[in-house]
Amino acid sequence: MESILGHYVYWVIIALLCIGLYAIMFKKNLVKQVIGLSIFQTSVILFWVSSAVKWNATVPIYDPAYPLETTALYINPLPHTLMLTAIVVGVATLGVAFALLIIIFRRHRTLNEDKLIENMKEW
Amino acid sequence: MNDLTYISYIPLWAVLVSLAAVPLILMSSRKPNLRETWTLLAAGIKFLLVFSLLPGALEGKSAVIGLLEISPGVDLALKADPFGVFFALISSGLWMFTSIYSIGYMRGNREHKQTRYFASFAVCLSATIGIAFSANLLTFIIFYEILTIATYPLVIHKETREAIRGGRQYLLYTLTAGLLLIAAAAWTYMATGSMEFKAGGFFEGTELSSAAMTTLFFLFLGGVGVKAGIMPLHSWLPTAMVAPTPVSALLHAVAVVKAGVFGVIRVVGFVFGPEVMAAHGLNIILAVFAATTIILASLLAFKQENLKRRLAYSTVGHLSYIVLGAALLTPSGFTGGLMHIATHATMKITLFFCAGAIYINLHRENISQLNGIAKIMPWTMAAFVIGSLGLAGVPPVNGFVSKWYLAMGALEADQLVVLGIFILSGLLNAGYFFPIIHRAYFRKGEGLKGHKEASALMVVPLVATALLSVLIGLRPDLFFHIFELAGGIARSITGVVP
Amino acid sequence: MVKNAPILIPVVYLTACLVIALIRPRFRHFAYPVTLVAVSLASAISIGMLCLVIQYGIMRYQFGGWVPPIGIEYVIDPLSGFVLVVINAVACLVLIHSLNVNKVEMDQRLVPYYAVVMLFMLGLNGMVLTGDFFNLFVFLEISSLAAYGLIAVGSKGSAFAAFRYLILGTVGASLYLLGLGFLYLKTGSLNMADLAAIIPFVQPQKDPALIIALVLMTTGICIKMAIVPLHGWLPDAYTLAPSVTSSLIAPIGTKVAAYVLIRMLFGVYGVDVISREFPITFVLGWLAAAGIIYGSVMAIAQTELKRMLAYSSVAQVGYIGLGISMANPLGLIGAVLHVLNHAVMKACLFLVAANLRIQTGHSDISRFDHTYRVKMPWTMAAFTVAAISMIGLPPLAGFFSKWYLALGAIENSQWIFLGVILVSSLLNAVYFFRIIEKVYMKSPGDHAAKEEPAVKFGSVEPALSMLVPTIVFAVLLIGLGLFNALIVTRLILPMLPPGM
Repeated sequence: MESILGHYVYWVIIALLCIGLYAIMFKKNLVKQVIGLSIFQTSVILFWVSSAVKWNATVPIYDPAYPLETTALYINPLPHTLMLTAIVVGVATLGVAFALLIIIFRRHRTLNEDKLIENMKEW
Repeated sequence: MNDLTYISYIPLWAVLVSLAAVPLILMSSRKPNLRETWTLLAAGIKFLLVFSLLPGALEGKSAVIGLLEISPGVDLALKADPFGVFFALISSGLWMFTSIYSIGYMRGNREHKQTRYFASFAVCLSATIGIAFSANLLTFIIFYEILTIATYPLVIHKETREAIRGGRQYLLYTLTAGLLLIAAAAWTYMATGSMEFKAGGFFEGTELSSAAMTTLFFLFLGGVGVKAGIMPLHSWLPTAMVAPTPVSALLHAVAVVKAGVFGVIRVVGFVFGPEVMAAHGLNIILAVFAATTIILASLLAFKQENLKRRLAYSTVGHLSYIVLGAALLTPSGFTGGLMHIATHATMKITLFFCAGAIYINLHRENISQLNGIAKIMPWTMAAFVIGSLGLAGVPPVNGFVSKWYLAMGALEADQLVVLGIFILSGLLNAGYFFPIIHRAYFRKGEGLKGHKEASALMVVPLVATALLSVLIGLRPDLFFHIFELAGGIARSITGVVP
Repeated sequence: MVKNAPILIPVVYLTACLVIALIRPRFRHFAYPVTLVAVSLASAISIGMLCLVIQYGIMRYQFGGWVPPIGIEYVIDPLSGFVLVVINAVACLVLIHSLNVNKVEMDQRLVPYYAVVMLFMLGLNGMVLTGDFFNLFVFLEISSLAAYGLIAVGSKGSAFAAFRYLILGTVGASLYLLGLGFLYLKTGSLNMADLAAIIPFVQPQKDPALIIALVLMTTGICIKMAIVPLHGWLPDAYTLAPSVTSSLIAPIGTKVAAYVLIRMLFGVYGVDVISREFPITFVLGWLAAAGIIYGSVMAIAQTELKRMLAYSSVAQVGYIGLGISMANPLGLIGAVLHVLNHAVMKACLFLVAANLRIQTGHSDISRFDHTYRVKMPWTMAAFTVAAISMIGLPPLAGFFSKWYLALGAIENSQWIFLGVILVSSLLNAVYFFRIIEKVYMKSPGDHAAKEEPAVKFGSVEPALSMLVPTIVFAVLLIGLGLFNALIVTRLILPMLPPGM
């Protein structure tokens, strides 16, 4: 029980991961697939972010109240900063994905994967 | 470097000379006479170059030249050892005849795309000489594959549906063979750390189990056996008969199949070596395949109604003579096998030339249509008779000499069964050639009026090769010292003085 | 100058990207020369750096003077130098070829197209240059996003193909990032060299987190590399993309992913971990072997040249995967050599396909006939050379990578893999000789029976800017074949990871 509850963050992340993957693999509407993709990415980002969370610790800015020797009281900033980059990358990906969706809709007048694959044989 | 080798660029030039002719041939495609001049010139120069290596080879010396490192530790290297010179001499010598004959044949038949034909022909010869002079397995494979690719345009030359099908089958067989050979070479390299051909083999002292050795041998056999037409890998050969006759002559007498047989002997004598062969019973495997092929091919030859196909099956049988000779692992066996490379080449090329001359002149290719043609084509048929007598082993044609040594080899090895096979197959040979001669000379022909002997460009080469056959039969050591050379090679492989 | 050399390539590409983006539509034809200047500069720099690395050892560049593992560093060792030369030089020739192709296929969009090409090249170069795993992720995404854009401007279905690539590609990148998270949690470092030093102490065999990281990251990279069964995006993307895109992405896109895989497996985790303690190479090997056969068989079934080449790419990437999976020096030599050889072969073949599309308007195999050879002898000669090399016949380049792979398979006693390598050569022969047969022998009269008219040829051979790169690639194949020992001993042997 302890191991399940104690790691509840991970369970949430895993759930998100699965939801995302499910949407990507089984949803027929391309917009829903993009939503799934976004959830999937977010779960990964959450994993990184949660990994650097610490109770009773502070931001990594020097504070005389926390002597430098007690590094354990500071949070490791690196994962969070890295995730800023990853979020930007994710947003860019979403942008490209929606741009593609617009082109697809203009060209085929549909965003249904089955219909698109059916059309695909004719191209 | 020891006293048995000397550095010389001659092997390289011998390989390159016909390759150098290719651009010239391609450039002069509009001027047939000039184009054919290049072919003949290259053939002549090539033969002289190879011939100049003969004195060294007779002393047992090898001309070597390393070109560049093609794989770490393995050079693209040429080594004109006696065996290589022997094979190169036959190929380049017969190429001259084939070239002259080709000109007559192609023009007589008004074939299309003659430029491509002559260009591919030249590449083929370069590859064949390259095979002869390969110093190691990797170089051998490279030239072997070039030969495969260069022969393909020749096989499909007619571009008919049948020709394309024949070409596909040819490629399927030969490419598969090439792959098996590559696998075998790679394994050999990993097992022995060497790929250098060495008289007597370089497999001694390796730690391969007998089963692995046998598998490896089968890989090699699959690799070189396809081109050598060992049954059941022979069936591309009769199909490839759709090619123009000079190509068949080249395929069957000079380059491709002989490259296969050459490969078999290289594998037996220069990779595994007689001792390793005998120790693992590999020679028995080889002998069984070869003996079966000899008998089956001779029997199948009876069934063939098309003259070229009958000759093709005869080729399949005779190639296995050579293989069987090598499988005996005795000095006389090797000598006989090697001699048979030369003698079969001259005889079979004569027969194919005859078949081609008949086809061009009378447009007949079936045996039943040959009644009475000796009257109008006396020279051609005379040459045909000589060739078929030789293949049946009748003295004084050269086929007798090689068969004699093969029989001696069988006795040396105490293999009376093998001796019986040689004798039986000689009879079968006579059996399938005799009806042709009988029809040509003693039956009355129809529709032959107004036809004369074929053009001189074709008759002269075929008479010349027939005469050569007789000459070699009477005096094997005249001019080319074929016998001396073959004996020397056999000695170097077996280490025994015959 | 030399000290700062590693950063020069990204700078060149970024600058070129910005400069191109500023070009007004009226002057759009200036995008091409700017692109050429950038890519040839990058090629020259990468060749120069490779020479320096071979002579003086590994080059490092630390960003902002921060010493790794805190800071990000660029590392050029023999392996990355080699891959840099391959991708930049191949891209250079392909982009020279692009002049007329793009004029026909996307006249109005030249400016954004070339700008995105520069971004794509930046991403690929960055992936190779960087010595930091997170930085690698960023560059991976840059190159991927650029690739989606480059693909989507092709024929009607290309946008959908690009979208599917985007979904799969992003999933792959996210998996990679997830795996990297595990790796970072356990080791506290993102620097490759640093990680390589740390991992032996963490003892991966006892720590599932490191193994999970390995599996997730490998899966992510394998999607980019199109290892079967993660290849789904590739055939459509290559086929429907514009000609220049497919001839640019096909030779070098998957190769960079292969480079990352080599770097990660051998450079960071080490041979022992991946082949003995947790044999991920075992799985990779079988998948690669399956991919070789699957790709070749599918290629036989195709009737469209570009699609056939796409499936053949799936097979060829399998060779690289197979070589990596052997985890022995010979296999790795084969894999790295195949990165080079396949890049050149595939570039040559895709350029031929582009030439055909520009000159005849299609690349449909069933419509090929004898006239193509008569009208375009040089293009077809180049095709034949590349095809023979793909089949793997000596002395062309393709043979030698297969030769080393075969040696590697024998060393590991992996007889089935040896068989796969050989059988796939035969399958290659089937689909290439089918075309060669048509081009050299099928008479155009055979079209009369069908409705479609035989193609009318406007001009004969394509323009020189297209013909020359095609032929250069073909000639390169012969040269690479004959001098492969030089490449192997001088370039590839120094890059073998320690412990091999």
